[in-house]
Amino acid sequence: MKARTMTSFERVTTALNQREPDQVPLFLFLSLYGAKEMGMSVQKYFSQPDHVVTAQLKMKAKYRHDCLYAFFYAAIEIEAMGGEVVYTDCGPPNTGQPVIKSSSKIKTLDLPRVRTNRCLIRVLEVIQQLKAKVGTGDPIIGVVMSPFSLAALQLGLGKYLELLYFDRHSFRTLMQKNSVFCIEWANAQLEAGADAICYFNPLASPDLIERKTYLNTGYPIDKLTLSQINGPTAMHLASGMTLPVVKDIIDTGAAVLGFSSQDDLDQIKQETYPNICLLGNLNGLEMVHWNTDQARQQVRLIIDKVGPGGSLILADNHGEIPWQVPEKILLAISEAVQHYGRYPLDGNKK
Amino acid sequence: MNKIRASIKEFTHALLQINRTEAARILNRCYKSENDFCQLEQIIRESLDHIGTGWEKGIFSLAQVYMSGVICEQLVDSYLPQAAVGPKTAPKIAIGVLEDYHSLGKRIVSSVLRAAGYELLDFGSGLSPEKIVTKTIEHQVDLLLISTLMLPSALKVAEVKQKLQHAGEKIKIIVGGAPFRLDPQLGQRVGADAAGSTAFDAVSLIEKVYKT
Ligand code: B12
Repeated sequence: MKARTMTSFERVTTALNQREPDQVPLFLFLSLYGAKEMGMSVQKYFSQPDHVVTAQLKMKAKYRHDCLYAFFYAAIEIEAMGGEVVYTDCGPPNTGQPVIKSSSKIKTLDLPRVRTNRCLIRVLEVIQQLKAKVGTGDPIIGVVMSPFSLAALQLGLGKYLELLYFDRHSFRTLMQKNSVFCIEWANAQLEAGADAICYFNPLASPDLIERKTYLNTGYPIDKLTLSQINGPTAMHLASGMTLPVVKDIIDTGAAVLGFSSQDDLDQIKQETYPNICLLGNLNGLEMVHWNTDQARQQVRLIIDKVGPGGSLILADNHGEIPWQVPEKILLAISEAVQHYGRYPLDGNKK
Repeated sequence: MNKIRASIKEFTHALLQINRTEAARILNRCYKSENDFCQLEQIIRESLDHIGTGWEKGIFSLAQVYMSGVICEQLVDSYLPQAAVGPKTAPKIAIGVLEDYHSLGKRIVSSVLRAAGYELLDFGSGLSPEKIVTKTIEHQVDLLLISTLMLPSALKVAEVKQKLQHAGEKIKIIVGGAPFRLDPQLGQRVGADAAGSTAFDAVSLIEKVYKT
């Protein structure tokens, strides 16, 4: 007998629980891509919650994937702190000048309260409206920057690394403040209706910070912060390599790990199953010039190696599909998942 | 020779621990015993090179690469007179960040090149294609190094190339930064003469591209 088709929500929770759903769940992380869908500039698109809500629902139906994504752009947290955001055509907005100009300002730094902040409220409104439309059928994913990685935007990465190695005292003060902000921000999104929080933390990747330093600095902050977020979390290294820190991340209690296209598929499955669900790892930058055949092959490869037993959500490896990826590639990815991703998996499918 | 090998090993270790006091102590000791600036330069260059290669292989982190550069820059300033080693003035090289405001990649590439004895012009960050082309022509640059972090900025290299060609310039372009590292075909697609995946590639690419 053919199993009944699951809702996106059921599909995802089954995969999270290390069981095989009806098919491999697919998350297309469409943030600024919504502006392309709506035919408007990125700046105009993010200025009104309605735009994002409409685009999310349209793109969910069009690409038949399994999540609604409430992410605007990383720089929104900096905007909320009074920083500048620089918009470009056909690309994500970026932060302007660092908001913390000197480490001496950290002691007196005041971070915003989420519920009274104009920028962050826009995101909460998107989540509320989406929740009202989809109820419990489709998972809504909220996003925060980890306290440890947000500091790269607050100070600029170079200055931040100097703080991390040469001024541990100010580093700790900043982490305490960022952690309080991050917990409040994540919980506000969960209360608004988000079902899970994607916790972006590329600085946990040994590509950026060597494991020994991470374990002594960012890691305790991550554990503390994640333990106070009242819902499931995905630790996402935003395309940074994860393998050397996989066991540490499992110990944080995160339900999901966003892994990199640089991670070996066999090895990552071996080291994570059945302790954490994997999310990834299509290379979003290469996707820009794939043809539909390549898209299909890439999907198939990941499903064959990582799909067995559940515990895989197929997605790009960065947490954001670039504007430049053609729609036909997203459609090809979605079709390939319907074709190769039905459980029980059959590696011999043509 | 064994003595210098041992010093390089010790110095590399101090850099990897981000221990600037220890790094300074080692250099100071070497200088006192040998009184030779060239040897200090060799210790710094080879240690940084080792750390950079290690990053490429996934053994060391970007933070270790960057912080070793910071420590060495400080040491170079305090221990070596500015012109201890005559810089290579040919080819004339410039570096700039196209569109983006993230200058860390540029900073790392610049310190690697300076450690390898190259002199280079810094055009800054957040440059539009017009601006980088104007500056390149104005300064009669032979080789233009471009660093980017965002994909839309990386794609604008094609515009830089086109504008240089329209101006009748045959200036070679070497690109680098995260989008080029994560998509090895991107450099070729935007018309760059070469693309490096790490800052340390800059040295060999300059030699390769300038010869052709
Ligand atoms: C850490 C990180 C973050 C952190 C901190 C970012 C920061 N630096 O300020 C956080 C989480 C905050 C973040 C946010 C975002 N990020 Co980010 N992030 C990264 C990550 C993991 C590392 C980036 C980094 O700073 N590396 C350090 C620098 C120094 O490394 P590098 O540029 O590679 O330079 C080295 C070499 O490439 C080389 N090099 C550099 N220049 C040159 C030049 C020459 C000539 C040569 C030879 C060599 C060379 O030398 C350096 C040392 O060896 C990369 C992915 C990755 N795996 O690299 C994504 C990445 C850069 N991010 C990306 C994006 C999109 C974003 C956001 C816009 C997402 C969003 N929608 O909000 C925001 C923007 C933030 C902002 N500034 O407003 C994309 C950019 C490409 C794209 N898709 O457009 C990347 C590439 C991820 C991906 N796989 O797509 N990010």
